Formats: sequence, C-alpha cells, structure tokens
Amino acid sequence: MKYLRFLALGVLFGVVLMKSQATSWFRIYEMFQFDSFHMYGIIGSAVAIGLVGVLLIKKMGWKDFDGNAIQYADKNKSVPRYLIGGIVFGLGWALSGACPGPMYVLLGSGFYLLLIVILGAVLGTFVYGLVRDRLPH
Amino acid sequence: MILVEWLSQPWPWYVSGPLIALVMFGLIMEGKSLGMSANLRTICTMSGAGKFSDFFCFDWKRDRWNLMVLIGAIMGGFIASYFLDANAPVILAQDSINALSDMGFQDAGTAFLPEKIFGLASNSAIVLMISGGFMVGFGARYAGGCTSGHAITGLSHLQWPSLIAVVGFFVGGLIMTHVLFPLIF
Repeated sequence: MKYLRFLALGVLFGVVLMKSQATSWFRIYEMFQFDSFHMYGIIGSAVAIGLVGVLLIKKMGWKDFDGNAIQYADKNKSVPRYLIGGIVFGLGWALSGACPGPMYVLLGSGFYLLLIVILGAVLGTFVYGLVRDRLPH
Repeated sequence: MILVEWLSQPWPWYVSGPLIALVMFGLIMEGKSLGMSANLRTICTMSGAGKFSDFFCFDWKRDRWNLMVLIGAIMGGFIASYFLDANAPVILAQDSINALSDMGFQDAGTAFLPEKIFGLASNSAIVLMISGGFMVGFGARYAGGCTSGHAITGLSHLQWPSLIAVVGFFVGGLIMTHVLFPLIF
C-alpha cells in the first residue's frame, strides 16, 4: 500500500515535469541562454514554497505519516566536492538536456533513445564509485 | 472533456513549480526526501557493482521506495504524452531559435527534442547522449545530488552545500552552452 503512494507521487512528478516542458532539451538551452523566465520560475517557485513549508514543519514540530519526527541530515561541509561535482553535472545537464528525473520521464513519453542517456548516467555513477577515493571531497 | 483540453496546454511555471514542491512535501510526510539521482547508484548496486567498489555495498532494498518513484515518473511521462499531449513542439523564445538555427538545429520551435542529439541519423548523436549522461551520473554522485536533491530539496532545507552545488550546476551549464556548443555544433 505504501509503495502505491510512492508510485502515485512519482506519477505526479512525471506528469508535471513533462507538462511543464522541463524535460525538453530546448527549455534547458533557453534557460542557459537567459532567453526565458520559464525554468527559473519553476525552480524558483518550487524552492520558495519548499522553504516556507520546511520552516513551518520545523516550527510546528510536525510528524510524518508514520508518527516519526521529520528529520533531514545536514550535508557535509565541503566546497570542492559540491563545486567540481556540480560543474561536471552542469556540463552533462546542458548537453543532454536531461537530469536524473527527466531522463526516465522522457523514456515513458516514448523517447526511447533516452535509454542511451540513462546508460551513460549509470556508467558515470559506476565510474565515480571506482575513482571516488582519489577525488577531492 | 474541457478539462482534458485545458490540461493539455503546456503548464505555466506558477502551476508546475508549486506541484513539484507538493511532490517534495509528499515524500517528506512519508519520511523520505526527493532525490532522483540516488536511483542510479541503486541500479549499479542491483547490477552487481558492489564487486568493484565498496561505494555500491549497501542494502538497496531500503531504497525500493525511490525505485517506485522512478517507475511512477516513467508512467507519468507516458500519461502526460499519450493523454495530455505533452510531447507537442516546444514554443521557444525567438532568440534561442535563432541561436540554435545558426548552429544547425533545424527543429528548434517545431519539436520537443532536437533531432541533432536525440536522433539516430549520425553516430555523433550517440556519443553526445552517452557523454551527456555520463557527466550527469558522475557529477550527481560526486556532488551528492542532482537538481531534485540539491536545487529543490537541499535549498528548501537551507543547505549551504546545496547552494554551492547549484552554483556549480549553472557554471557547468553555462560553459557547455556558451563555450563548448559553438565548438561541438
């Protein structure tokens, strides 16, 4: 039953990403060209609402559906890891026009060639696992 | 069927952004957090990558919920395209269309994805798709998250590391778009 709720959230996520065209390579290009507010509006409004909501949850001390306190593990303090990793991600994001959510959504939309992008992403994750001890974190 | 027709228009940012926040809150209330790239690591582990690196030695069954989100996202893409006309051509800003046609993208403004990258007409498209995906996968794990985990979830939780990562996403994206695209295309 619980799995069905995760499935439903995923469906909503997929429909929204597709209908907002955030899954379109063209929209990502347009964003990096600063030619449209669209993508900034999507990310910005999601973060603005997210900030207020998370603040409320913390203030009110809300519990999750299972009755547990809502926790979020703070990320480790470091710069190189987030900056270098982020830049590599950004290079790939602009080239493929697809981040790790949209690549699956596009696959479901019938763009089967996204399987190649997903294969690349799995490969990239695997290679990171192989070399991570030698990278600055 | 007026509702279907209405939903079949592209959704504006002020509808889409809040709905993405809703998905994030749904997962928070389930005791989880939104982060799609973690699934890539799970897929590696399920495929036996633990034999090659400790990084992949973890109990992937704990993350089955995230695989359900992934399967849901695939279904969502199907529903949006086949019932709500989501893969219709993207109406793009004229400046972007001009810049793209200068680089030889003939279908800017008349397609959902460019044939030049997501087409089988040339081998270079396959190289572009593989390398783009590779950098997304490598970078997301190196940075510990992607657009959903850092930009949406991390920033909502006021995480400074997420802000650094998001700055990195944009630096990388701008370098690709403004420096490397003119060399590649």
